[in-house]
Amino acid sequence: MNALDLARWQFGITTVYHFFFVPITIGLIWLVAGFQTAWVRTGKDKYLRATKFWGKLFLINFAMGVVTGIVQEFQFGMNWSEYSRFVGDIFGAPLAMEGLMAFFLESTFVGLWIFGWDRLPKKVHLATVWLAAFGTTLSAYFILAANAFMQHPVAYRVPAGYSPSQPPATGERATLTSIVTLLTQKTALIAFGHTISAALLTGAAFMLGISVWHLTRGRFVDVMRASLKLSGITAICAMVAVGLTGHLDAQVMTQQQPMKMAAAEALWDTTSNAGFSIFTLGSLDGSQEVFSLRIPGVTSLLATNSIHGTVEGFNDLQAAAVAKYGPGNYKPNIPVTYWSFRFMIGGGAIVALFAALSLWFFRRERTFESKWWGRLALLMVVTPLFANSFGWIFTEMGRQPWIVYGLLLVANSASIAVSATEVWISMIVFTLLYGALAVVEVWLLAKYAKAGPSEVTSDDADAGYDSRNTDQPLTFAY
Amino acid sequence: MTLADFWFILIAVLWIGYFFLEGFDFGVGNLLPALGRTEDDRRLMINTIGPVWDGNEVWLLVAGGATFAAFPNWYATLFSGFYLALLVILLALILRGVAFEYRGKVDSDVWRARWDWAIFFGSVLPSVLWGVAFGNIVHGVPINASGTYTGSFFTLLNPYALLAGLVTAGLFTTHGATYLALKTSGDLRNRAHALMPLLGLVTAVLAVVFLGWTLLTAGEPVTWVTSVVAAAALLGAIAMNRAGRDGWSFILTGVTIAFAVTTLFVTLFPDVMPSSTDPAYSLTVVNASSTHYTLKVMTVVALIFTPIVLAYQAWTFWVFRRRLSTSDLPPDAGRQVETAASS
Repeated sequence: MNALDLARWQFGITTVYHFFFVPITIGLIWLVAGFQTAWVRTGKDKYLRATKFWGKLFLINFAMGVVTGIVQEFQFGMNWSEYSRFVGDIFGAPLAMEGLMAFFLESTFVGLWIFGWDRLPKKVHLATVWLAAFGTTLSAYFILAANAFMQHPVAYRVPAGYSPSQPPATGERATLTSIVTLLTQKTALIAFGHTISAALLTGAAFMLGISVWHLTRGRFVDVMRASLKLSGITAICAMVAVGLTGHLDAQVMTQQQPMKMAAAEALWDTTSNAGFSIFTLGSLDGSQEVFSLRIPGVTSLLATNSIHGTVEGFNDLQAAAVAKYGPGNYKPNIPVTYWSFRFMIGGGAIVALFAALSLWFFRRERTFESKWWGRLALLMVVTPLFANSFGWIFTEMGRQPWIVYGLLLVANSASIAVSATEVWISMIVFTLLYGALAVVEVWLLAKYAKAGPSEVTSDDADAGYDSRNTDQPLTFAY
Repeated sequence: MTLADFWFILIAVLWIGYFFLEGFDFGVGNLLPALGRTEDDRRLMINTIGPVWDGNEVWLLVAGGATFAAFPNWYATLFSGFYLALLVILLALILRGVAFEYRGKVDSDVWRARWDWAIFFGSVLPSVLWGVAFGNIVHGVPINASGTYTGSFFTLLNPYALLAGLVTAGLFTTHGATYLALKTSGDLRNRAHALMPLLGLVTAVLAVVFLGWTLLTAGEPVTWVTSVVAAAALLGAIAMNRAGRDGWSFILTGVTIAFAVTTLFVTLFPDVMPSSTDPAYSLTVVNASSTHYTLKVMTVVALIFTPIVLAYQAWTFWVFRRRLSTSDLPPDAGRQVETAASS
């Protein structure tokens, strides 16, 4: 493999890995904030225990998200220096804003929240968790606005005579013309809605899986019943939002990146009344369809709101791209794009279904002591993680061969100063370290999830808040 | 002053903020084996930085992001050029960050000892390597006409840069010692307090040699002044330590860091990355910067949000202002969870 392929693999590995932790963080912190608010309002012990229990699991996961996030910001310069030079005037702005407006908020207030149980007044302490939640979500917005530029570049200018399919000359770059347009383009707003609802679904599935697992064993019933209710309802609502925003996303994508939609649907030739493919096999060279099972009209409906709408096929799009940009292969990897799209949708739907069934089985005071339902519940913790990853693999792989759609090729973006050996070293080291940390993290999460909530009471917690100016032991420390 | 000049200053401020803040939490990590004789000592040390280390580290992310936004060429050349050095820093920061959160989660001496090593190496390596990186930036590295670094990892390990690495490591360790003397009580505080003058003197010697070298090769009136202030502040910090004024001692080690970094950035200006191949290839504030429009947008954002960030981070330090002692620490989470499991 050459340095370019390796840099792509490394970006894929480190980003997919980072995004296992991020959606859990974003989803779970809002739920924890919800529990702490419920406790402050009602004073019921079960809400306090839920806050502390899910808070502890949140932090084990949060640590991984933080440290793997640093790699993400450095990586653009380390492996993709020519990309950074070309788009830095545009792409750097949302990244810097993310740091200044979101990361500071998130990290400072998470610190205050962890250590603030007996150092802050009760309501101020509650505010810290909401501010941290707001910070995590805001950071998602900025990074998605940056990614939206890669999907659909807006608000930019390039020098006259610039050719997107060629490496940029020294000093040749895209420059920003409007920050407002960059941050508010439809692609960014829809991606934000879609990603945040997916994150809520992921956080909810995490809580749902663990609480159902305990409930099927009849353990910690009061805390877990409250957790099931909150997470189950959140999961179902989030799935509806994921579907709606996904639909909007598909429509925008059809207009902006028709090639990606064609690949998602394995649509070889331009078709009206295009069917939604349930299963499609192509010929080995990928130029034609061999077998396909389709629901008539659904792809046209998804993409254009009409079952008779025309959806372009990638053979036609390839010919058009060659005419526009010059010779080259402008098709993404069709099987990867096609299947990742389906796994994404399937993964999300299964969790919502499981949430609905679990809410039903445990409705009112009912119990459902089934070991296998408990095991299935744990599977629900990981299902949305893979659905999210498939979603991103689809989004990013479907944009290939472009790094910025129609503006810069991935092939012209990698660092010149970095040798294949160096990328090999960093890729191997990251993969080994990430692998080892994943084992530790999952093991710790399992240990703490299994141990269940501690027997803390509202009186203990109130004593902590009251003693904040005296010499009391910290209630929460490393 | 152009907007690009303003952003050069702002990036210097962000690095000062980063080295001032994460400087002391690196220092605490560097001192973990030396001062942390017992498990309680080590936990106490880690908990003094517990609420703040993550917020401190964000200064690095913002310095990186601001460089990307304001000087894309600088960001691209620096990060791709110093590839393996940055890789080591990243690995160190990953291990260290996870270590803080995970070390107390299992009640086992072996487990805690391993994470303690992760904290130690995760602090020492960046303490040295940030100095090495800045030494090279100031000193100049091989850069060709298209702005690409043409040296190797070993190009970075030259005497000037290695000395810079020792200086940052010394400064951060001294800064960490003054922080511990300020934030703890009892036996640990006394040992940190007693160790500080020695650390300070060794660092002062290294810093004087390094700053002298910098001044003799590229000195300007301003950098002579900033260098003298840096050195005087460090001696002042030692004097304050002797006088039993922990707060002043900590502030003065911070002032030392601020003026040492200022010296480097003033020396650097108007270059951002001088080329040792040919001065004509140097990246400068002018040829590495973003457009006027992007700089204007980022200036507005920075002027609004930097004061807000400073305010809430300062408030955090106020909230956790009290000295900690070993009697403040509850049983760690690992012990709690095992007690719960066995009952």
